[in-house]
Amino acid sequence: MSSAAVPTPSRLAGLPRWVAPAGVAVLFVAAYLVFRGTATLPHDKEAPQFLAVTELREWIDDHRNDNPLFLYFLNYIRLFVGSLYDLFETVLYGLGWPGITGIMGALAWLAGGWRIALLAVGGVSAFGVLGLWGSSVDTLALVAVAVLLSLAIGIPVGVWAGLSGRARRAITPVLDVMQIMPTFAYLAPLALFFHIGAPAGAIATMIYSIPPAIRITALAVSEVSPTAVEASASLGATRRQTLFKVYLPLARSTIALAINQTIMMALSMVVIANLISAPGLGGDIIRGLSRAQVGIMLPAGIAVVVMAVVLDRMMMALARRDPHAKLRRTDLAAAGVLAAAGLALIPVLPKVWPESLTINMVAEVNDAVHWAETNWYAVTTWIKDTTSHLLLNPLESLLTTAPWWLVALAVLAVAWRVSGARPALVALGCLLAIALLGVWEHTMQTMTTVAVAVLVTLVIGLLLGVAAARSPRWSAVQRPLLDAAQTMPAFVYLLPALALFGTTRFTAIFASVIYAVPPVVRLVEDGIKAVPATVVEAAASAGSTPGQLLWKVQLPMARQAILLAANQGIVMTLAMVVVGGLVGAGALGYDVVTGFSQRTDFGMGFVAGIATVLLGVMLDRITQGADRRPSPRKRKFT
Amino acid sequence: MKIRLLAGLVVLGLAAVGCGGAKVDSGTTGSSAPAAGSSASASGAGTVKIAINPWVGYEASANVVAYLLKNELGYTVELPEIKEQLAWEGFETGDVDVIIENWGHPDLKKKFIDEKKVAQVAGSTGNKGVIGWYIPKWMADEHPDITDYKSLNKYASLFKTSESGDKGQLLFGDPSYVSNEEALIKNLKLNYKVVVGGSEAALIKSAQQAQEQKKPLLFYFWDPHWLFSKTDLVRVNLPAYTEGCDADPKKVACDYPEMDLDKIVSTKFAQTGGKAYELVKNFHWTNEDQNAVADDMTNNGMTGEQAAKKWVEANTAKWQAWIPK
Repeated sequence: MSSAAVPTPSRLAGLPRWVAPAGVAVLFVAAYLVFRGTATLPHDKEAPQFLAVTELREWIDDHRNDNPLFLYFLNYIRLFVGSLYDLFETVLYGLGWPGITGIMGALAWLAGGWRIALLAVGGVSAFGVLGLWGSSVDTLALVAVAVLLSLAIGIPVGVWAGLSGRARRAITPVLDVMQIMPTFAYLAPLALFFHIGAPAGAIATMIYSIPPAIRITALAVSEVSPTAVEASASLGATRRQTLFKVYLPLARSTIALAINQTIMMALSMVVIANLISAPGLGGDIIRGLSRAQVGIMLPAGIAVVVMAVVLDRMMMALARRDPHAKLRRTDLAAAGVLAAAGLALIPVLPKVWPESLTINMVAEVNDAVHWAETNWYAVTTWIKDTTSHLLLNPLESLLTTAPWWLVALAVLAVAWRVSGARPALVALGCLLAIALLGVWEHTMQTMTTVAVAVLVTLVIGLLLGVAAARSPRWSAVQRPLLDAAQTMPAFVYLLPALALFGTTRFTAIFASVIYAVPPVVRLVEDGIKAVPATVVEAAASAGSTPGQLLWKVQLPMARQAILLAANQGIVMTLAMVVVGGLVGAGALGYDVVTGFSQRTDFGMGFVAGIATVLLGVMLDRITQGADRRPSPRKRKFT
Repeated sequence: MKIRLLAGLVVLGLAAVGCGGAKVDSGTTGSSAPAAGSSASASGAGTVKIAINPWVGYEASANVVAYLLKNELGYTVELPEIKEQLAWEGFETGDVDVIIENWGHPDLKKKFIDEKKVAQVAGSTGNKGVIGWYIPKWMADEHPDITDYKSLNKYASLFKTSESGDKGQLLFGDPSYVSNEEALIKNLKLNYKVVVGGSEAALIKSAQQAQEQKKPLLFYFWDPHWLFSKTDLVRVNLPAYTEGCDADPKKVACDYPEMDLDKIVSTKFAQTGGKAYELVKNFHWTNEDQNAVADDMTNNGMTGEQAAKKWVEANTAKWQAWIPK
């Protein structure tokens, strides 16, 4: 270990590189100490920006039924989506549980054989067993409508973007922003234009789930081999024929992946859509939340996860199937039998799941949570209070008492250094816009929570990622867990956090850490594994200890991947911290929640939603240096 | 194919509404009319949607009415979880037929009853409601002057928590509750910060802990509530309520008034709800009735339906009077 103390020439040369940032940091600290408490922008619930939006909303409410824009355009969309939802709901309820089970089983069998069919039948029955048949069917109908509309719009747009480079360049930045937009940000504008209820919920879900549909379809189409296209063109195929006979069949399995991603996104939105009164499992989650009963939320959470897993496996099976293989006759027959059996049983069995077959675990779960609360109270409170006092509160008071221009300068400096000039200017622009919107203080508070959560996420992610990269056995244990974690809708992570920590800022931090750790671990692991074996061997043969190997070779060479992991971690954490407004995270997320609960605060919620988007773009730009900026080593040669 | 199907549906939708443009509520089928569309209904009487607001007293009333609608009149009842102010909007979209316990909301009454005419009052519930700031009794015993708002600042340091920073904490409930807290703190110049517990349950848990473990706590609460019969709480005296002192929400500097809680129904339900509407209109009980049902639901492990059944079986004379002839 002592050998590390020998100074090397490169290190001496590297010294000045550390001096400049340190000097700048000292300058910032000095400026903070001098100007602390001046030029702060405290939160004002009655800010004119908020009132203007609230007034706009009141005006829209009054003219929803006589303004031509609403009368002849927006209300028709609402009506159309609403009747589509009603149609699905009526059909699904008409099928009853025997019908739905049979048909889902049959579809699953066609997609991937008897195993998937078994999973589907079991999954659908689970909704009934959990006592959530009605809510699950509502959610299924909502997801179906949202996904159908997403695909109806997303796939054509995706194909267009895949075929035309110009279209792709125009659409990509929009999709980038859409993907870092927290789910909450979609709700207020939709409530404004489409009112509340199932149609508004379906539209919000559709918009949220459209980016992967477009993006992955575009990718699939652009990856179709040009020789195949040329061959078909030279054989005299029209453009239409080329599209339908060459592009789409060849891109089929990737498009199935796009559908899969769209469904997953839709499922994670469907719950939050309950804030604007969309029906379904979200209602049960919110009910549990407002009674502080994990026992009510857990079954609903499980039902959403089950739905996600069933649909995910069905679509993945479809994506993986060999496109040239014909369906075997036995499979067709089996699927037919399942569907027919389900349909035949509709008149015989009750449509609603029989209550005698449900398992009610509300009391048990509540008892378990209560037990954990009383027995772990000392530990959880200690963790919570220590984090709050040592990290959250000091950082929060630092950010809220610093003059706004100092924070802006700091953001500019950091972003410039990490990502370059253009992203830095974009980040600065976002921050200034936030200041103008009048939500500075709450944005600083949200940023504090995000910062602490990202810090914890990165520490855990690096540890687990390094462990996985160095021990294949550990990796093998960890990977299925990470896979499972990534298919779960975001809010599910709120449940254990809520059970352990009640409603505080720390709950949101805890939830966002478990939400963001899996992708970070994965990126770190892949980054370290991607270090060329020859380099590792060379270092090892030169006598490096495993510790030196890690610190001097593997981590520095995986820098790109680690920065990318930080970027991912920040975007995911922000999304979760905002949703954490539901469970005591306060600040921007809570403003959004309040905006829906109190009419007079609608404007504040709306503005807070915009601010979360700006904050997301800002944090993304600060850290995006990872994938877009060349590494310093390469830059020297350009 | 898919596009064509969608286009077809659009055309159908357009045709169904005619050419007069689409109103927000014209798509939803009259929910309380004999329900042809809702295949979930087992009986033929129709569906009633009673919004559920997030406090147990409300749920108690809603469950008793729902129980009677189901078992005495044969209606199907939906109990969607919709918060106070959104539920009023639900009258317009057809998502809500009944709010069974309304706490004031003069601004919403003006908008939805007087201006839009999509809702109307269906009489009092008989419950008297009052919101206030409370502390556990031991604090009032130790510091007799603490129940006066003027001395709250003196004790602010007692109420400090990790969430309130250097100010005292005023614990609030669900974000959707009726609230003057921010304005009161500002206008009475109190050195306090509103910390949102997020739910009724968080308030109850904190209140019980505060009294049992002698922890300081200042919190938002309301009567009728079963908690008052189990935990000793004392109300803090804010400047007394006078008529109109809460007219401007920004300038409120007085206590909450005692409110006569009432029922609000959608105009459509009032016109087409038939016996269901009559029952809702006739529903009238006391704070004790509500507390008994709420207590069963919270502390005796009963579901809303079970607690409602117990009350209904024990109080036949009362609810018989509500059933329309």
